[in-house]
Amino acid sequence: MPISLILPEFKIERDDEKCITCQVCVRQCANDAHIYDSEEDQVYTDSSKCVGCHRCETLCPTGAISVKVNRFQSKQNANWTALVQRNIFKQAESGGILLTGMGCDKPYPIYWDHILLNASQVTNPSIDPLREPMELRTFLGQKPDKIEIDESSEEPKLITKFAPQLSLEVPILFSAMSYGSISYNACLSLARAAKKIGTFCNTGEGGLHPDFYKYGENTIVQVASGRFGVHPQYLKIAGAIEIKVGQGAKPGIGGHLPGEKVSEDISHTRMIPAGSDALSPAPHHDIYSIEDLRQLIYALKEATRYEKPVGVKIAAVHNVAPIASGIVRAGADFITIDGFRGGTGAAPMVIRDNVGIPIELALAVIDSRLREEGIRNRASIIVAGGMRSSADIIKAIALGADAVYIGTAALVAMGCHVCQKCYTGKCNWGIATQDPYLTKRLNPNIATRRLVNLLRAWSLEIKEILGGMGINAIESLRGNREHLRGVGLTAIDLKILGIKPAGG
Amino acid sequence: MKRIYIKEEYCIGCRLCEIHCLVQHSKSKKIIKAFKREFPRALPRILVEEKGYLSFAIQCRHCEEAPCIEACITGAMYRDKTTGAVLCNEDRCVGCWMCIMVCPFGVIKRNLERKKIASKCDLCQGEEMPVCVANCPNEALELRDS
Repeated sequence: MPISLILPEFKIERDDEKCITCQVCVRQCANDAHIYDSEEDQVYTDSSKCVGCHRCETLCPTGAISVKVNRFQSKQNANWTALVQRNIFKQAESGGILLTGMGCDKPYPIYWDHILLNASQVTNPSIDPLREPMELRTFLGQKPDKIEIDESSEEPKLITKFAPQLSLEVPILFSAMSYGSISYNACLSLARAAKKIGTFCNTGEGGLHPDFYKYGENTIVQVASGRFGVHPQYLKIAGAIEIKVGQGAKPGIGGHLPGEKVSEDISHTRMIPAGSDALSPAPHHDIYSIEDLRQLIYALKEATRYEKPVGVKIAAVHNVAPIASGIVRAGADFITIDGFRGGTGAAPMVIRDNVGIPIELALAVIDSRLREEGIRNRASIIVAGGMRSSADIIKAIALGADAVYIGTAALVAMGCHVCQKCYTGKCNWGIATQDPYLTKRLNPNIATRRLVNLLRAWSLEIKEILGGMGINAIESLRGNREHLRGVGLTAIDLKILGIKPAGG
Repeated sequence: MKRIYIKEEYCIGCRLCEIHCLVQHSKSKKIIKAFKREFPRALPRILVEEKGYLSFAIQCRHCEEAPCIEACITGAMYRDKTTGAVLCNEDRCVGCWMCIMVCPFGVIKRNLERKKIASKCDLCQGEEMPVCVANCPNEALELRDS
């Protein structure tokens, strides 16, 4: 067999002075990068197997292990970088598509980092959120064009009938992550945290396990191209329904959950035979136009007696504004836009890293377009794809979003170290795996606590920022781009984002 | 009394409880020294049992009706009046191993250092929290009132 040209991506360094050969690293590595030699009472490492998840480093009781990036010592070249060469080596050896997980990791511009927020000085007072109430409650769904009030009687009455709304205590929801792509415990943690905080988690396209029915009020259920796990009860117990057309990490690409991950439990949830591959087709085979989409939206609304919002999720792509306009006109109560930095359990690397557009630009053009057409009130906008902090969220809301989805941030809160190996099913942190040895590593009690803490921390920060702006309700910031200024952006960027340059 | 409860569904079999227990019962109580410089090495009083992916850490259950106290011929095994823990007075222990014979959980070990004595969980007397509970990375051990 010819030798492989692929050099290890990481280098595991073990300090023998500190190593007590307790073998915690050996037991914790699902990739067998640590090997114990009982004859010599020594732990050896095989760096070629290391994926850089840092599980061993985190659990080593003496701090003897450090995982470092293995510097590829070929001649420096800005074009033919170590990564480029590595990928070519891999494909020359395998002849296959390069798979990866999580969101795009390439250094495309992050517009959030070029947008700054406003604060009150002298001419308008700021508000101290510790002394005064701050409102973060958000309603998602279709808003009426006008409100009619019957004032004939002594007590005025609201005549206008509101469309169904989702009520969120914070403008943050957990992104669609299916049972199958992530573990039972991870799904449970997200559902519990959503209930505790008063927001929503999303089933993804994997159906809803019967154990999670009790969290139905805090769950948005997806209807995707594979229609996995869609049945009357699934639609009935949900808070809202989301038709998934596309995903930021892989626009235009379907999904593939390998058969080995389709356990008895997952097969039951997805309503497919155990051990069979779960293939989500790239398109919905019944949607080839906005009119077709309208049919599905109304079929779902009929099925749920117009009692819950029905939304549509699309990936941010080139003509996203007119597409969004069409979706709103098709009757969606909310639209979810997933930017190109959105994560995934598995996607071809070439798609993840090269297809789609940044969420900041997509959001700005959609909000502007819907306003111009006078239909912005007819649907809420939820944005997703690489939202990293409360600052990103508040900027998104000022740019026109009603709420944001967080996926990767939620996973990181649970312990994910973004090693991008979700597709291998060997997640050492017990998140993106179905292996019973690994799934127990995620204690849902701890993970729920961490998720709740994250949302609490972010909502406190959002309140501080709002207070600084002199605003006491998130509703007053929504779509208020006067509170944003761009730095280091071109005139075209500023025009698309619809914001002024800093100093202007 | 406060007891250690096992949640086997969250035990990840890392054996950090065993490691920290060993350190706690070593002379130096320093992890690297306890493993590399102390001979014979101290014994952990907790044991991780594993079969397939099921694992759990077990230590003395501090039984209400403790067979080891009944069986002890020298009165070395006794119940601490304040904490309710079953402890071994090592000065009295003669190493007859009757306690090991009768323990229904198999959590008493032979300590062959110096003279033979029975080695078992003492709930880390003096510590606010037993070290196995404090250092379990996945909260698979829990200290609470029974």
